[in-house]
Amino acid sequence: MTTEAATGAGAIGRFGRRVARVTGGRVIPISTVILVLIVVWYLAAIIVNAGVVMTLAGDNVKFGFTDFIAATWSQDRPLLPVPHQILIEMRKTILDVAVTSKRSLIYHAEVTLSTTLLGFLIGSVTGILLAVAIVHVKALQKALMPWIIASQTVPILAVAPIVVVVLGNIGITGTLPKALISAYLCFFPVTIGMVKGLTSPDLMLIDLMRTYYASPAQTFWKLRWPASVPFLFASLKVAIAISLVGAIVAELPTGAQAGLGARLLAGSYYGQTVQIWAALFTAAALAAIAVAAVGLVEHLTVRGMGGRR
Amino acid sequence: MRVPRPQGARLADGLAGLLLLIPMVFWALAQVHDPQLKTPLPVWFWWGVVGIWAFSSFVVVRLASEPSPSRTGQRILDLFIPVAFGICVLFLWEVITIGAGVPKVLMPSPSAIAARLATAQAVLSADFEQTVLKEVLPGWFIGSGAGFLIALVCDRVPFLARGLLPIGNFVSALPMIGVAPIMVMWFGFDWPSKVAIVVIMTFFPALVNSVAGLAAAGKLERDLMRSYGAGFAATLLKLRLPAALPFIFNALKINSTLAMIGAIVAEFFGSPTVGMGFRISTEVGRSNLDMVWAEITMAAITGSIFYGVLALAERLATFWHPSYRKR
Repeated sequence: MTTEAATGAGAIGRFGRRVARVTGGRVIPISTVILVLIVVWYLAAIIVNAGVVMTLAGDNVKFGFTDFIAATWSQDRPLLPVPHQILIEMRKTILDVAVTSKRSLIYHAEVTLSTTLLGFLIGSVTGILLAVAIVHVKALQKALMPWIIASQTVPILAVAPIVVVVLGNIGITGTLPKALISAYLCFFPVTIGMVKGLTSPDLMLIDLMRTYYASPAQTFWKLRWPASVPFLFASLKVAIAISLVGAIVAELPTGAQAGLGARLLAGSYYGQTVQIWAALFTAAALAAIAVAAVGLVEHLTVRGMGGRR
Repeated sequence: MRVPRPQGARLADGLAGLLLLIPMVFWALAQVHDPQLKTPLPVWFWWGVVGIWAFSSFVVVRLASEPSPSRTGQRILDLFIPVAFGICVLFLWEVITIGAGVPKVLMPSPSAIAARLATAQAVLSADFEQTVLKEVLPGWFIGSGAGFLIALVCDRVPFLARGLLPIGNFVSALPMIGVAPIMVMWFGFDWPSKVAIVVIMTFFPALVNSVAGLAAAGKLERDLMRSYGAGFAATLLKLRLPAALPFIFNALKINSTLAMIGAIVAEFFGSPTVGMGFRISTEVGRSNLDMVWAEITMAAITGSIFYGVLALAERLATFWHPSYRKR
């Protein structure tokens, strides 16, 4: 009996340790923090939405305690919707509506995602080319580097409406102007990361290439480029996240036609808080998926190159 | 066989070219600003502009290709080359927009923007006060400060650090600007809602970087502090905070840009009839692009000064750090 209990406890302990090893011992703290956040959220909703419930009900209606709490959690236009309301709204607009409908969050997410990806592509390619040029041409390094850094102290997103409106005046509309804003945002981390990555092989290795009589092209493809791959992926993860931010902000000035940003704007016009939060959650999920996808490509690339992670 | 040229020859080439370049630039600008200007300008003028551009890039390449013999000379050169590049861009912008007759609703010339900066000072300073002084600075201060304080708590409670940090990293990748409409709904159109957004946007970078910074002090140094009998407070003040300063300044610099972006974009969602974001969105609607560019210029200068002041403070506070040693 006692031995059985002991082995049982031992098995649980072993299992626990294995779980802890796989997850790095972070699952319990993270889930605790998330749980606390959710509880705080529900409690805050009671306090924040109390006013809405009272004004809607009028003075004569007397609430029971549980009825009152239930009412604060089930308003149509609450100041702070609770998580389950947001999830229900997301299920309604993702699963119950046809994908082509303008009410479908999938439709809006797809618009935003295509902008994000196009901008990400343009921005990363530009960033990589700039970095290659900067590493190889000294004049460019001296002339451009300070401006590239200065370009980030400028609140670039403030330029977003102009780019969209001006390009619209010339007749360029649709995905491209929005993607250009995303591209502007994401070229910077890629350039900085790649300059660091391409110059990361130390002098010994570059000297070794010279003793092999390697041409600059060979030095680039066989030494600098492979050495920069970890830097590249670290930058790309940052880049795709801000590319999404750029896409969302770029959708604001176009008059709320399509996309998650438009959904946010329309929600704020009509006071549809649940709709805003659902769009926000979708954007967060999109960001997480995009970053994870880049991480997956990184994993495959590093394994393909014979590295170990 | 090539005869090696004496040292400094390329530099001399570059300087001589620079002297030649200045009258050329003034000639082109005078052509464009001629009161009897008839657009489109003749083809030979555009070939001249292309020539000036090619010659100026040649000059910059020459200037950058050789280190200056003296240290001050090198410093001047390092400052001058990017400035020259900037002037070159402004010159091309001015000549092309005016010379080719680009309509003002598409792209105003730098001189038109400068004129607007000079004449619209009352509006610009009111916008500056609203956006920068009332929204950006308080939000940046509160958000960064709160992030730092929570980082101190995390430092004492490792459980919280393990739970909060991954979430903080995750949230940093999220489009936090999306909460702007919610904050406008909660706190109204005026500055409190913008402060709230800036606080939210700056909190997590400050938290994540401060926690990393507080972990930066080495084990050896900590053991030394313990052998001195220093308690938590003394270790924090004399060892770990100084060691964390580079990380904290990094967060403050990231946050300076985020705060500007947060406040300006939040004003797109609703604001009183003053503020940089409000002005940008309304003047775009009225096709007053020179006003829009004036606001952007002001935002750019403000952002650069904000960043520059922080970089200077960092240099003064972390002069001991290896990255500032003379190479």
